This record gives sequence, C-alpha cells and structure tokens, in this order.
Amino acid sequence: MEWLVSACFGVMIACGVYLVLRARTFPVILGLTLMGYAVNLFLFLTGRLHTNLPDIISGSQTQYADPLPQALVLTAIVIGFAMIAFLVVLSLRALGELDTDHVDGHKEKPPS
Amino acid sequence: MINHLIVGPLLLPLFMGTMIILNTNQPIARRRILGLFSCLAVLVITILLLFQSADGPIQTYVLGDWPTPFGIVMVLDRLSAMMLCITALLSLLCLAYAARGTDRQGKNFHALFQFQLLGINGAFLTGDIFNLFVFFEIMLLSSYGLVLHGGGGLRTRAGMHYVMLNLVGSSIFLVGVGILYALLGTLNMADLAVRMAQAPAENAALLQAAGLILFAVFALKAALLPLCFWLPDAYGFTSAPVAALFAVMTKVGVYVILRVYCLIFSDFAGVGAGLLTAWLLPAALITLAAGAAGVAGSRDLRRITAYLVIMSVGSLLAVIGTFQREAIAAAIVYLPHTTFMTAAMFLVADLVGRQRPDAGTGLVPDRPVGQPTLLGLLFLTAAVAIGGLPPLSGFVAKVMMLTTVKDSAGAPWIWGLVLGGGLLTLMALGRAGSVIFWKLLPADDPGTGRETTPVPVYTPADLFPAVILLVISPLLVVFGGMITEFAFAAADHVINPVHYIEAVLGPDRSFPLLLSSGGE
Repeated sequence: MEWLVSACFGVMIACGVYLVLRARTFPVILGLTLMGYAVNLFLFLTGRLHTNLPDIISGSQTQYADPLPQALVLTAIVIGFAMIAFLVVLSLRALGELDTDHVDGHKEKPPS
Repeated sequence: MINHLIVGPLLLPLFMGTMIILNTNQPIARRRILGLFSCLAVLVITILLLFQSADGPIQTYVLGDWPTPFGIVMVLDRLSAMMLCITALLSLLCLAYAARGTDRQGKNFHALFQFQLLGINGAFLTGDIFNLFVFFEIMLLSSYGLVLHGGGGLRTRAGMHYVMLNLVGSSIFLVGVGILYALLGTLNMADLAVRMAQAPAENAALLQAAGLILFAVFALKAALLPLCFWLPDAYGFTSAPVAALFAVMTKVGVYVILRVYCLIFSDFAGVGAGLLTAWLLPAALITLAAGAAGVAGSRDLRRITAYLVIMSVGSLLAVIGTFQREAIAAAIVYLPHTTFMTAAMFLVADLVGRQRPDAGTGLVPDRPVGQPTLLGLLFLTAAVAIGGLPPLSGFVAKVMMLTTVKDSAGAPWIWGLVLGGGLLTLMALGRAGSVIFWKLLPADDPGTGRETTPVPVYTPADLFPAVILLVISPLLVVFGGMITEFAFAAADHVINPVHYIEAVLGPDRSFPLLLSSGGE
C-alpha cells in the first residue's frame, strides 16, 4: 500500500508541476489545484497508514489513528479552496483587462 | 499571570477589520477613522510590549489555557516585540498616507489593510509552525487584494504572478511542515527544537530535507535571488502606501528564517545542526549583487526602490548568515532603518510621480515638477539614509554590520558586496535625483510646446507620513546606544534556543539540547 500511495502522490505532483508550467491561466489553475490535492493527501499521510483504528483514545484500544493530521488537512483544504477561488476570479479579470489568458500577458499570434 | 496585551495586535485588527466591512457602504471617513484608530491603538500596545520585553523575560500567551505543547501558543520575545512595533508604526503612517486619496480607489482597502496587519503580527507572534502557515495565508490573501488595489493591466499581471508563485510556495510549506510532523510528532516550535535534538540519525536526511524545503518557502517570502523576480513588478506597480507597507513583508521572511533556523535547526539541534550555514550566506550575497544591478539598471524611481528592498534583504541575510551573536545584533539594528527608509522612498517616489503628470516616476529629463525644492529635499534625505552616508542611520547601521562580521570567513565577500552595492545605490539615486530635480523645465515654459496639466500642490497633511518616516532616521542615530543595547539583548535570546524553549515549555525542558551538543 505504501508504494501505491506514494506513487499517487508523485504522479499528482508531477502532473501539477507540468500544468503549472503551461503558462496559460486555466492549466495553471488546474495544476495548482492538483498540487493542492497532492499536498493535502501528503499531510493526511503524516499520521501514517492504518486501517480500522479509532481516532480517539479509549481504554479498550491500545492503538489509535493520529487525529491531528486530519485537523491540519481540514485547515489546509479550506485555505487552499479560498486561494484557488481567488485565483479563478483574478484570472477572469486578467482575461478582461489584458485580453489574453497568457500569464505574462502576451497576445495571441494571429493565425498565418 | 498571563499578559493579555500580547493578543492585542491580533484581536484588534481582526475586530476593526470586521467593523470596517460592516461599514462598507457608509461614508469613507468612518472607515478611515476606524482603521486609523486601530493602527494607533496597536502602536500603543506594541510600544508597551516593547518596553516590557526590553528588560523582561520571554512572555508566552497560551490560547484556551491548553497545556503546551498541545495547545496553540503565542510567544513574545524582544525580536518579535520589535518587529510588531516596526509594523505598527509603519502601518499607521502608510494608512495616513493612503487616507489622502489612495483608499478611494476600492471599497475594501481599509478592511484588507487591517487583515494584512493581522497576518503580519500573527507571523511575528506565533510559536507554532502550522499556525505560522495559517498567518502566512492570512497575510498573503490580504496582500493579494492590496496589490491589485486600484486596478489596471500592469497591476493585474504583476498580481497574477505574485498569487501563483505564493500558491506554489504554500503547497511546499505544507510538505515541509508535514515531514517535520511525521518524524517529530509535534508542531510547537520549541517542542520541535527539543525533539530535533533527540532525533535518531536514520531520520537525518529527511529532517534536513524538511528544513531546506521550508527555507525555500521563507526565501520566496523574503525574496532571495532565484525566488525574487516577482518583487520588482509587484512592488513597482502597486499603489504607493501598499508598497511602503510591503517593505515590512519581506522582513517577515527574514524574521522567520532567523527564528526557525536559530531555534529548530540551531547549533544544538543534533542531526539538524547548522543546516543553513552553507546556503544562507551565498544566496544572500548573490541577492545583494542582483539587487544592486537592478537598482543601477532601472529607469524608474519606483522600480529602483523595489530593487532597494531586494538589496536590503540581501544585506540583512548575508549578515545573519554568519550566525553569530554580534552579527545578528547588527542585523537587528539595520532592520528598522532599512524598513522605514525603503518605505519612505516609496512614498517620496509617489509624491514626485503625482507632480509629473506626463512622466510619472520614470527617469525622463526635462519634465516639470510642481514643488522641486521641497520634494528634492525629501528625496535627498531618503537617498542619503538609504545609501549609507553619514550622519543618518544607514551609515551607523552599515558600519556596525561590517565591523561585526569582520572575523567571519565570508567577510571579504560581505564587505565587498555591501560597500559596492552601496556605491551603486548612491550612483543610481544620484542619477535619478539629478534627472528628476535638476533637468527640469519650469511648468509654464512656452518653449516646451506641451500642454501643461495642473498638478496637485502638497499641503503638510500630504507630506507628513513621508516626513515622519524620514525623521525616524536621525532618531535611530540619536538613540543609537539604547537601540544597540536592545539589539544585543534581543540577539542573546535569538541565538540561544534554551531561553525560548524554557519560556514556552517550562524549566529544564531544554536539557536534551545541551546533552546533544555535549555528546558531539
């Protein structure tokens, strides 16, 4: 399972980086979203991989899943969501003001 | 006994920002009064805190009274008290400047300004590395709004780069924090330092990787060289009071580097000891050189000032990069000077630009300036202070930085680049001043053949924020003895993690640190 999870993380980060380097606002937003997902997954995994463990301490259980990463992930998801929402609005405004979706504001070459 | 003043710099901007949002559709005077009142009250609180911490111990504020290291803790030591005070004074003056008209360009300027202060003050106060992430995000989200304040294509483009880079930075920050938590099982910075000292050698590579990942994020905030290209556009194109306030934002990065790498990755940190000694000094020196090249090559006063911000970060981190008590004290003396003077330069550049309607802040000769003598004097004062000429504070602070690093291995490089950079700064500012203020035609000269547009004539109310910022410079010299003593005391607490750990976790908890350094 470790291999599968780490491969998921790696592929998501790789796709995210590729998309961020596309230099068009829409792929960049998708890439940042993917990277955000991957990082959230990573934070979740910092509590280690377990199955069927409770996340509260009780007298009958000797082992429990770490609840703190779940709280951290929740915070990170909320913040990441707000940031992406802001970036979407900013990209739409940039499209209106600069008349192009290129991140550096380059104009489209006319088709020859 | 808990000192409730410590959360004042967080709660007050939060509360006032909310009040300002409720007054969004009321006359702007009400928002101005609320905002200015908040900044003034925070300034009073931070001055009290500064005097308390100057001759007192490190104070902590435990939110909800959860026992450390499980609860969230705010820590006030001398360095963070000084940073809070700098931020409060700078924000009050920037807001006073913005209240002369800049704040009319968007409805939410005042609310965003307060939340920006909440984020910056939180980053200075927090003792928990995940909370640091949260306060960074508050700071960044408000700064996105402020960078775009006023609108326009250039601001939108620069703002988009700024937002995207910082989103990537936030993701990387979380990866670093995740690795630290996975291996050490805590997020409290003092507890991290203790557990880092006890960490087994098999985790060394991962822990060092986490430390360097975090360094990349902090370097992005502080604008160190490979990660500084967003800064000239973002600071150069945004409105002047915002750019002046942002002079302290890069210092947040400097503060966090100083805090994290003198605490968690200190010399006592076992496998993480001395992590940054090989990286920080070269990166800072290259940044300093690049900033100097940018200053010399810019054709616009606003851009020159933006590159001056990069230079100031480079000099600060080069001196801090030696990780010696005296050098850190010198950096603490230099920090308020460079923050206030770059902020003053942003305001002066804006004052100049508004009186040159067809040239703005560009270095174009033969354009009239409305009040050349007055603005010329302000510019001269700012240039003398930034360039490091006597008798203003830049000279004293630079001399102190250079003398304190003279025994370190990197001394020739630091001396050469700081002095060479200072020379380039003086040449660039001298050229800018002579182009703007000496090569000017009178406004009503019939020979220009240009339409003369009416320019604003400044009253004392327009000028006083910039003037007060400039007056701080001689004050820093007059009270230099006190400030230097304070800086050495602050550096004592920063360079030795034992004080911080015992203040947060209780006495004797720093024992593992001493053990690990004794065992080497």
